Amino acid sequence: MRNRRHNLITAVAAIGALTSLAACGSGADSSAPGSGEAGGTYTFWDPYPQFDTSSPWGELVAKCGSDAGVEVKRTSMDTTDLGNKALLAAQQGNAPDVMLVDNPVVSTLVEAGILNKTSELGLDTKPIQRNILGAGEIDGASYGVPIGANTLALYYNKKVLSAVHVDPASVKDWASLTAALRKVKAAGMKGITFSANNTEEGSFQFLPWFWGAGGDLTELNSGQGVAALSLWKQWVASGYAPKDVLQNTQTTTWQEFATGDYAFGENGTWQLGNADKAGFDYGVISIPGRNGGSAPVPTGGEFVTVPVQKDASRYDVSKKIVTCLTNSANLLSTDNTLMYVAPTATVQAAQVKSDPRLKPWVRAVAAARGRTSGGLGTKYPTISQPMWTAVQAALSGGKSPKDALDAAQRAAGKGN
Amino acid sequence: MTTARVDYRSPRSPAAFAATGTDDRTDASVFRRRQRRRSRLTALAFLAPLVLYLAAFYVYPLYRNLDLSLRDYTVRSFVSGDAPFSGLDNFRTVLHDLTFGPAMRHTMIFTFVSIVFQYVAGLALAGFFNRHFRLAGTLRALFLIPWLLPLIVSASTWSWMLNSESGVINYALHLVGVSPVDWLDSPGWALTSVIIANIWIGIPFNLVILHSGLQNIPGELYEAAALDGASAWQQFRRITFPLLRPVSAITLLLGLVYTLKVFDLIWIMTKGGPGDASSTLATWSYQLGFGTLLPKFGPGAAVGNILILIALVFGLLYIRVQKRQEP
Repeated sequence: MRNRRHNLITAVAAIGALTSLAACGSGADSSAPGSGEAGGTYTFWDPYPQFDTSSPWGELVAKCGSDAGVEVKRTSMDTTDLGNKALLAAQQGNAPDVMLVDNPVVSTLVEAGILNKTSELGLDTKPIQRNILGAGEIDGASYGVPIGANTLALYYNKKVLSAVHVDPASVKDWASLTAALRKVKAAGMKGITFSANNTEEGSFQFLPWFWGAGGDLTELNSGQGVAALSLWKQWVASGYAPKDVLQNTQTTTWQEFATGDYAFGENGTWQLGNADKAGFDYGVISIPGRNGGSAPVPTGGEFVTVPVQKDASRYDVSKKIVTCLTNSANLLSTDNTLMYVAPTATVQAAQVKSDPRLKPWVRAVAAARGRTSGGLGTKYPTISQPMWTAVQAALSGGKSPKDALDAAQRAAGKGN
Repeated sequence: MTTARVDYRSPRSPAAFAATGTDDRTDASVFRRRQRRRSRLTALAFLAPLVLYLAAFYVYPLYRNLDLSLRDYTVRSFVSGDAPFSGLDNFRTVLHDLTFGPAMRHTMIFTFVSIVFQYVAGLALAGFFNRHFRLAGTLRALFLIPWLLPLIVSASTWSWMLNSESGVINYALHLVGVSPVDWLDSPGWALTSVIIANIWIGIPFNLVILHSGLQNIPGELYEAAALDGASAWQQFRRITFPLLRPVSAITLLLGLVYTLKVFDLIWIMTKGGPGDASSTLATWSYQLGFGTLLPKFGPGAAVGNILILIALVFGLLYIRVQKRQEP
């Protein structure tokens, strides 16, 4: 018996040694190929699994690689996966050479110390609109080049609004919007749909109202914050908005709007392609601020980043790939495929010229703010999570907007 | 081990025999020693695949999880791998978090209510199908459907059915004149809704195991009881239930472990919401580790370990109970 146990222990020890050896081996392998030589393989990650290798995006990535004299191995994954996978890859020492990430993730990756500054790489970010670039800036340094931007606005159903004699141009502030919703509801139709779910999407959709009231993310429970949440709560409580906004993703909230029953739907630039397929006349207005004007909206969209490599000689080629992906001609075609607004004024002008529907979106993007901007950085995630929890708690009737935001502020304060 | 040794006594190794050409005593002892070492190596070789498997898929992940929960990981130290040891700090953070109380309560309610209903329904159905009527086999197979469906399918279907705007359940309630219920959107109902869905998913498992248990009870016992004039209830109380006890115990324990860690169902249906009205330890652990833009691996792993600990306690309890049952 004792003998057997002894054997078992040796066996386990041996296996432990073996597996750790294997782990070292694979780590060394993956960083080895291509280093120093001309040519070789460069790894590239993006959150666009909807585009395969034969899509224009897939071909562009491959072409930018061959132009730089290397082969690009592209891997696509879901946007929520990408951040976690990037952290794991960096821990194993095999981060990709070039990576496209959703803008609020940039600050997390910078905090982890795995992204290079654009200035150190010598990438030119001057032509890029300040507020779009800002979403990828931490402590004054920029860590990526935006590939495009998107943001939120209100889609409206022309038929529903004309049936209740509401002129969309008259919707200028919260009061006129709520009045329009009241009329729609009184006529037996449905008012507005949005996403207030238990994830970052919920915060993303709430921010235009929060900022539109003049709210500040460092003080969630201010009067302005409470006003924004009270507006949403009032809509849900009066039946202007459906109860299932609590579960809606931005995709399902679009599906609700696409039924044609709703007067308004809060959604993003990326739904424009679907809007044409919805089969009814629609329009787009900016999300109104509390007392008029357009509310500041959060920027969405991805940044091209260059993760830190052990072998600094790889950066030259990576830089060529990034420059290629973000030159004006390529930005135009990429942003048209993605239905994004380009980050530079020249390309925006070209986009609007070819597709006038983008005009309100260009205006919205110009007024947009990065979620991690204003010095928040990685504090944003610790604020965002309590914020969406507060929205859920208030809309479900569990708490009053004030109580919910008080609790959120306490939780956010602890998280810092 | 001994059988392996017996095997090696047989002259199967010509090389070994060639080495022991003479009848010398020392040679013989060397031979025996060599043989022993050889058989030990063979035994190790047989053991290796299993140990390798256990080490790679059980020991190492458990060790990593424990390590994660005992260090102060930030995203930076996660990447550089130099997170300072922080003892039980993560556990302390988690225990003092405002979410801990509700999450623990929801986990317990979710688990025990699910198990009780699954077991009762499973037992009732098992008894029903044990009566061997026509089409019993077909019907029983139909009851297995919840088990065969991928969880993402059944959970999404439940969440559509329970949708407060367009769900078929609210429509049915409307037809019979009951006002609609916000199944997934109100804090009062969300937990109930996910429990209902989980009971539905768990019934087949209970049905199958309890049914096979019932079939192992000899029919003569019931005949004898019937001759003695025992009623159906008495037969159940005095024969079925006691004889089914070992099977029941394992069903309940496995159900408990499965239910404690249910994550996907709740995540798909409510994401733990609204607020944290249906969050359990499992969803909270995921929320901490992966649910926000800034992962908190340490506290997330700590919650996971608490969950494992709870399962372990019940596992040990089961073993004790089983030992007591075997005289």
